Amino acid sequence: MTDILKEMYEGTMAGNAPRVLELTNLGLAEGMTPETLLFEALIPALEEVGARFERGDYFVPEMLIAGRAMNGALDVLRPLLADTGAETIGTFVMGTVKGDVHDIGKNLVNIMLEGAGFNVIDLGVQVSPEKFVAAVQEHKPDIVGMSAFLTTTMPMFKVNMEELTKAGLRDDVIVMVGGAPVTQEYADVVGADGYAADASTAVRMAKSLIAAKRGK
Amino acid sequence: MHTVLSSASKEITMGNDLPFVIIGERINPTGRKIFQEKLRAGDLSTLEIDVADQVAGGADMLDVNMGVPLTDEPALLAKAIQLVQSLTDLPICIDSSVVEALEAGLAVYQGKALINSMTGEDDRMEAILPLVKKYDAAIIALPNDETGIPMTAPERMLIVDKIVSAVEKAGISLENLLIDPLAMTVGADPEAVKNTLETIHQIKEKYDLNMSIGGSNVSFGLPNRHALNAAFIPMAIAAGLSSAIMDARTPAVVESVRASDLLIGNDAWGGNWITRFRAAQNG
Repeated sequence: MTDILKEMYEGTMAGNAPRVLELTNLGLAEGMTPETLLFEALIPALEEVGARFERGDYFVPEMLIAGRAMNGALDVLRPLLADTGAETIGTFVMGTVKGDVHDIGKNLVNIMLEGAGFNVIDLGVQVSPEKFVAAVQEHKPDIVGMSAFLTTTMPMFKVNMEELTKAGLRDDVIVMVGGAPVTQEYADVVGADGYAADASTAVRMAKSLIAAKRGK
Repeated sequence: MHTVLSSASKEITMGNDLPFVIIGERINPTGRKIFQEKLRAGDLSTLEIDVADQVAGGADMLDVNMGVPLTDEPALLAKAIQLVQSLTDLPICIDSSVVEALEAGLAVYQGKALINSMTGEDDRMEAILPLVKKYDAAIIALPNDETGIPMTAPERMLIVDKIVSAVEKAGISLENLLIDPLAMTVGADPEAVKNTLETIHQIKEKYDLNMSIGGSNVSFGLPNRHALNAAFIPMAIAAGLSSAIMDARTPAVVESVRASDLLIGNDAWGGNWITRFRAAQNG
């Protein structure tokens, strides 16, 4: 690993956004490809951040600033990656359901997905069924993710899925659900394709669900 | 402003010039998998331990939340409230975002209950304020609405204004309105607590309303949460907070509240403080 990649990896882990941005530009100026910076520095750093968080060695603010550092670099790299025609792993539309304003868990999952190379479209909080449907129509994502933090907003999963079915989109998109009170059992009851208890698991699940669907 | 809450045999008064009201947060299945399983099977025995722990820890009231997915929440909440009332004379905060569950809880409750909670959304206020009136209860209201949680104090105050006028219009006395000034984790926003303290200050200045907050929210996602929770409460009390739904089982957190009561002049001559000390000494 070159010094730039090593320092970028460490800077991302430490959440040093200004330094990571500087190194991104420096790497590009020295002729490194955007793919190299993404796959040999940013993605490994986020994978390590996720692993530490899962083990309880990293805390919420550390994960958020690592995500911010990564996003600063991605803003520079994204257009370049698009130019070279590099494929994303998949497109993920994400939102917290209507009636619910909790966004920390959702944001952590977004960070991990972006860190894994997904193109994430975040619809924010209080996302109505109509908005989920419109976003699936517009962005044609591989996966739509729904987050709920309250037992009283979890029933929106089912409402959203019914709206997707009514719009004729249910078979086109994988549905994943998550949030503090959500369980595998509940995900099964509402008919979701996937549930994950934490951000790292969500990424693994998203990858395997896409692989399964594409393999069909 | 004084807010009176009661059980069948015990009355407590909340106010800025009175000792802080600790509402124990423990009876809540969120994030407690085993508790959830038991509740789903109709086994409420965990409540006996939770009540005993929080009473021993120094709670003044108990929050009761039965938000278990895939259950009949109204029936479960009513049953839980009756059980808790048979175990302790502490007044209860009936906690649900399901209107039918709130009504079921209020119907069986003996005394004057606190309801947790409603937002500033029109449909929520239209559904819940009639219950507050009908059962002569008090209500905790959150200054967020369909657009999400506003982050700054002035934005939150706009919704507080709306809530106050809706409560007055419903013919409910303002002493029965508590505002939750919204505590968020400082782990996701370094300014979060500063904004909360400013909101408390502005509500106190403008309306002198009583307030209750989620006292453990500030430390979410961080290590050594007890120390952060214990540091937050005194700051909030100094800004004008009168109660919190909080950890009543950790001595460090409860002691920081009782110390604040004395330091801020709401425990004259240390009467409560010294009594607690002697009780602990005599074991």
